[in-house]
Amino acid sequence: MSSPAHAAHHAPQGFIRKYVFSLDHKVIGIQYYFLGLFSVFVGMTLSLLMRFHMVNPNASVSWFAKIWPTAAAGGVMTPELYLSLMTMHGTIMVFFVLTTVPQSGFGNYFLPIQIGAEDMAFPVLNMMSFWTTFLALVIMIAAFFVQGGAPLAGWTAYPPLSGAGRITGPGEGMGQNLWILSIAVFCGASLMGAINFIATLVDLRCKGMSLMRMPLTCWTWLVTAILGLLGFAVLLAAGVLLLLDRTVGTSFFLPGGLYINDQIIANHKGGSPLLWQHLFWFFGHPEVYIAILPGMGVTSQLLSTFSRKPIFGYKAMVYAILSIGFLGFLVWGHHMFMSGMNPYSAMAFATLTMCIGVPSAIKTFNWIGTLWNGKIHFTTSMLFALGFVSLFVTGGVSGIFLGQPALDLYFHDTYFVVGHFHMIMGVAAIFGMFAGTFYWFPKMFGRMLNEPLGKIHFYLTFVGVYAIFTPMHFLGLVGNPRRYSDFSNVEYLAGVIPVHSFMSWAAYITAAAQIIFVINLFWSMKKGPIAPANPWDSTTLEWSIPSPPPFDNFAGVHPVVNHGPYEYSVPGAPQDFIMQTDPPEVHSES
Amino acid sequence: MGMSGSLTHDILNGPPPPPIEHGWGGGGGSDGRGSSRRASFTGLFVLIAASTMVFAALTSAFVVRRGLSDDWTSLPKPPVLFVNTIVLILSSVVLDLSRRALKAGNRSRFNLWWTVATALGVTFLLGQAYAWRQLNDAGFFIATNPASSFFYVLTASHAFHLLGGVAALLYVDVQALRLRLGPAKRTAIDVTAIFWHFLDGLWVYLMVLLYVWG
Repeated sequence: MSSPAHAAHHAPQGFIRKYVFSLDHKVIGIQYYFLGLFSVFVGMTLSLLMRFHMVNPNASVSWFAKIWPTAAAGGVMTPELYLSLMTMHGTIMVFFVLTTVPQSGFGNYFLPIQIGAEDMAFPVLNMMSFWTTFLALVIMIAAFFVQGGAPLAGWTAYPPLSGAGRITGPGEGMGQNLWILSIAVFCGASLMGAINFIATLVDLRCKGMSLMRMPLTCWTWLVTAILGLLGFAVLLAAGVLLLLDRTVGTSFFLPGGLYINDQIIANHKGGSPLLWQHLFWFFGHPEVYIAILPGMGVTSQLLSTFSRKPIFGYKAMVYAILSIGFLGFLVWGHHMFMSGMNPYSAMAFATLTMCIGVPSAIKTFNWIGTLWNGKIHFTTSMLFALGFVSLFVTGGVSGIFLGQPALDLYFHDTYFVVGHFHMIMGVAAIFGMFAGTFYWFPKMFGRMLNEPLGKIHFYLTFVGVYAIFTPMHFLGLVGNPRRYSDFSNVEYLAGVIPVHSFMSWAAYITAAAQIIFVINLFWSMKKGPIAPANPWDSTTLEWSIPSPPPFDNFAGVHPVVNHGPYEYSVPGAPQDFIMQTDPPEVHSES
Repeated sequence: MGMSGSLTHDILNGPPPPPIEHGWGGGGGSDGRGSSRRASFTGLFVLIAASTMVFAALTSAFVVRRGLSDDWTSLPKPPVLFVNTIVLILSSVVLDLSRRALKAGNRSRFNLWWTVATALGVTFLLGQAYAWRQLNDAGFFIATNPASSFFYVLTASHAFHLLGGVAALLYVDVQALRLRLGPAKRTAIDVTAIFWHFLDGLWVYLMVLLYVWG
């Protein structure tokens, strides 16, 4: 255990201690943010290659052959290469973007400030957590460059495909080993992070910051940390067992009598592929909430701020977050309706899955209630928060279909599922990140992002993601299978090839629109207008200190909180917002 | 007194942590040593929760894998495991004798008992290595059958945790021998001891699991 934070901090001198091996939660948060930004571009590039291949399966591209001399010999991608792009796209996006940025990035930067602490509880552990994540990313990227290339068993790494070794495909040799190693290292990093988040939030809240005065962002970071703690521990155990099956010949997940690529696999016996699925999804379903919960927190914060109204039903929101977190651990079986499970188990999992609809609907209606009759300010961050609500509803509604075992049997291996999880877990969470970026960038970098550029970026992205992912639902309805690299010779799918072309073009354009964001980000970091301390007239603690905050956040002062997090438009108050640190009298005037 | 405060105090039975203003209910304020100490205990309990989940996952895999197949043959476990169990329990007892000595102000006795507990911890690890060696000699390797696979995985995972515990014991021991036991180190002592007791209890649980079903 590293030494806990002390009251007296001294800003470190020197580049290495200040920016590389920093103990400052703010620097670590920014490090996580840029790690995620790098990863999202890697992941996006992989998805573009997939979209290109799907509509041009036989096209020969000379530079493909240069990058992958065997997997794309002659410039034409093999199906195995397509699968490895898919695997790495999913893995990098889920672990190094969706898990990393909303929680470890923004959470690291703003959780201590929002609760009035000077740093995380264990700064050394915090630094180790980041560099362990970095190591995990390096190992994951290295899987591209080993013999056979990246693994092709999907981000879920189902055995036997992921367990039987090189014989199942080119990337299933060293590539899959590195994949498991990277995930195990990532689990370790996440556990360190979770310890820090929970200890900080429980023990370092400033005077007056009761649990029910915490911004909803803090609640979501807390519940996400708990989910990560319990989920990643299980994934770590499962990963170790899978690695042993691959390397020392145990049979945890590999059954006997396997016949793969014209060879009988003789050295395994009695293992259960379903066991992996149970362990994986016990982590995998909470992982969905790890990705989306912080986005819900940011959205709640922004809808309240930019409607100039208190959040509708703060307590209901807190209980909804807690029940989503709790129920999230009881529904993993709905990923396994196809596995031949007992129909009664399937019914139980389906019922519990429907139960999650209740807190989700509470949140959605409370967001609408917050907007109702508000003085809405359509800033870029607000637009992204509204986009989050839209995508969350769209993705959530298709989830109700998939939660029914009878319907899932049809939909499960089609594009319907791809459309569903990209909407709710992928793009919604990404919109939460964009919302957070536009809202908090002034605090993080002391300068404002460009709003017109931000709005152009928003509209292109918003229309773009709907253009990419809405057609997938229809493709699923007509029975277009997912994970296939080429539909050109499938007779019954001849009619949907133009739909695939449309989606690919939508993906190219949406990806190009992200350049606007990157330019905006880096240009504004250097040249944006100087940000005031509280550009949005917000109420929470981070807006009570300079932009960017001093080294120990509150310059040695212990803040005292007298108000709830969302006191907007309080009657009788001099302004339309009351900061959490304002003296209590402001409130009594009302 | 908040929840985390009273909980740690009850378990510790040692030097009471400084008064906490609000705890869970009100935001106590980060007031130096008190919050550091509290945060250390919260972090410890969170760590224990994570370790528990790892072993819960392995246990569930163990039960499922055993129930699903017909290739499970019970492993002849080396009797030295019982000796190791006694050694580990003894180390926990000695560790608490040591903490009592510190509470009574007897530094030299604290140092002695703590060193003995650390040595017993290392002895346990050596004993586990010896048990592995015996199994190897008897022809039971990790891939021999599922019972041996789980035996090695569970004992190795526990030993891996224990290595961390021994490192913490050694750290405190070195600090104690160098007469550097300020108030902050008292937290390290308590955190290490609680973690060690957890590993002790975990091992007893694994013994039951391995002997009843393994």
